[in-house]
Amino acid sequence: MKKVYSNAAEALDGLLHDGMFIAAGGFGLCGIPELLLDAIKEAGTKDLTFASNNAGVDDFGIGILLQTKQVKKMISSYVGENAEFMRQYLSGELELEFNPQGTLAERMRAGGAGIPGFFTKTGVGTVIAEGKMEKQFPTGADGAMEDYIMEEGIFADLAIVKAWKADETGNLVFRKTARNFNAPAATCGKVCVVEVEEIVPTGSLDPDSIHLPGIYVHRIIKGDHEKRIEQRTVRQKEA
Amino acid sequence: MAWDRNQMAARAAQELQDGWYVNLGIGIPTLVSNYIPEGVEVTLQSENGMLGMGPFPIEGEEDADLINAGKQTITELPQTAYFDSAQSFAMIRGGKIAMAILGAMEVAENGDLANWMIPGKLVKGMGGAMDLVAGVGRVVVVMDHTNKHGDSKVLKECTLPLTGQKVVDRIITNLGVLDVVEGGLKIVECADGVSEKELRASTLATIVA
Repeated sequence: MKKVYSNAAEALDGLLHDGMFIAAGGFGLCGIPELLLDAIKEAGTKDLTFASNNAGVDDFGIGILLQTKQVKKMISSYVGENAEFMRQYLSGELELEFNPQGTLAERMRAGGAGIPGFFTKTGVGTVIAEGKMEKQFPTGADGAMEDYIMEEGIFADLAIVKAWKADETGNLVFRKTARNFNAPAATCGKVCVVEVEEIVPTGSLDPDSIHLPGIYVHRIIKGDHEKRIEQRTVRQKEA
Repeated sequence: MAWDRNQMAARAAQELQDGWYVNLGIGIPTLVSNYIPEGVEVTLQSENGMLGMGPFPIEGEEDADLINAGKQTITELPQTAYFDSAQSFAMIRGGKIAMAILGAMEVAENGDLANWMIPGKLVKGMGGAMDLVAGVGRVVVVMDHTNKHGDSKVLKECTLPLTGQKVVDRIITNLGVLDVVEGGLKIVECADGVSEKELRASTLATIVA
């Protein structure tokens, strides 16, 4: 079965519909599926819910879909770098569900692993716990009971992720900290579309060094990535 | 006289123990890495998916695929390992990270921490702070003792929405070091040139002997 498509629009053909739920990889602007986001903008799909750690900046990443008002709801841990996001949120046009970062990552992992709910200490005693099931487990010192809250797995209609390399069967290799949410996001969509910098012949990746096996990957495109840096920080060369 | 940002970071660096895996928050905690004591080897975790975080790159060597949790460009070290966000928080929640050093807006005498949200003001999100304080072995807060209006940030009870309940172990401020103990806070030391009287006067939390 052919997984390699020629461009982002073709790879998303037949997968997009208004009101759908999309899980996206990336942390800040690092490792975001920039080409697929561009294609979703072009397709004009509306009322989207995104599970994504961040919302990009005004003119890059999910930010471009905010400009065109295609996003209904964000499930994110941090949305600091986006003025249009804040404008829409404060005016009530955009729904926002804050998830602690690790809870968001685990919700994606759990969804992809067929686990509809799990218990975590994260957020106990905070607004995050409101309305959630609580349970105690004997995890403290000497078996003391500790409080946990239940969080739910994410089951998305579509996962869009960015990897460094793929082979033709969809085995993926990520690069440095651009792996981030891409691996858990890839697993929690009914369909997963991946954009990569390089597609290599099947058999040329070391099977022991594959970060995400191709079973999770349905469609692949290769393209040129801008890979924008959000906070360019450098040090002086030592004398 | 009191400690400045760098002196607070240097004091916080004294908390580090050889062999520890540590997560440093944004702001003053980031400066702690400049003061790791001689002979102490610590591995810094960046919760976006890296252990063994190196310094900022030399100009021209920035890599868009290599950033820290503050989205700044960084470098790798010989012992660096990369992983995804789910595994990153698995090691945080799983108690594998010995210590987190974090900034704060308020800390209460029972160890409650508020550092993510001011109602009515722009809320950017908690990022990984709730997971860190719930999961790591020890939480050290580094912050100014008072806010810009001169009000104490070391309180009987937090007024802001919590990041975590009873999670802080030690507070390092520009005025000194306090531990969260049964019944309140215990003064560990005063900053250079700060008297115990001054430290107590700037603290609304109960100080136990």
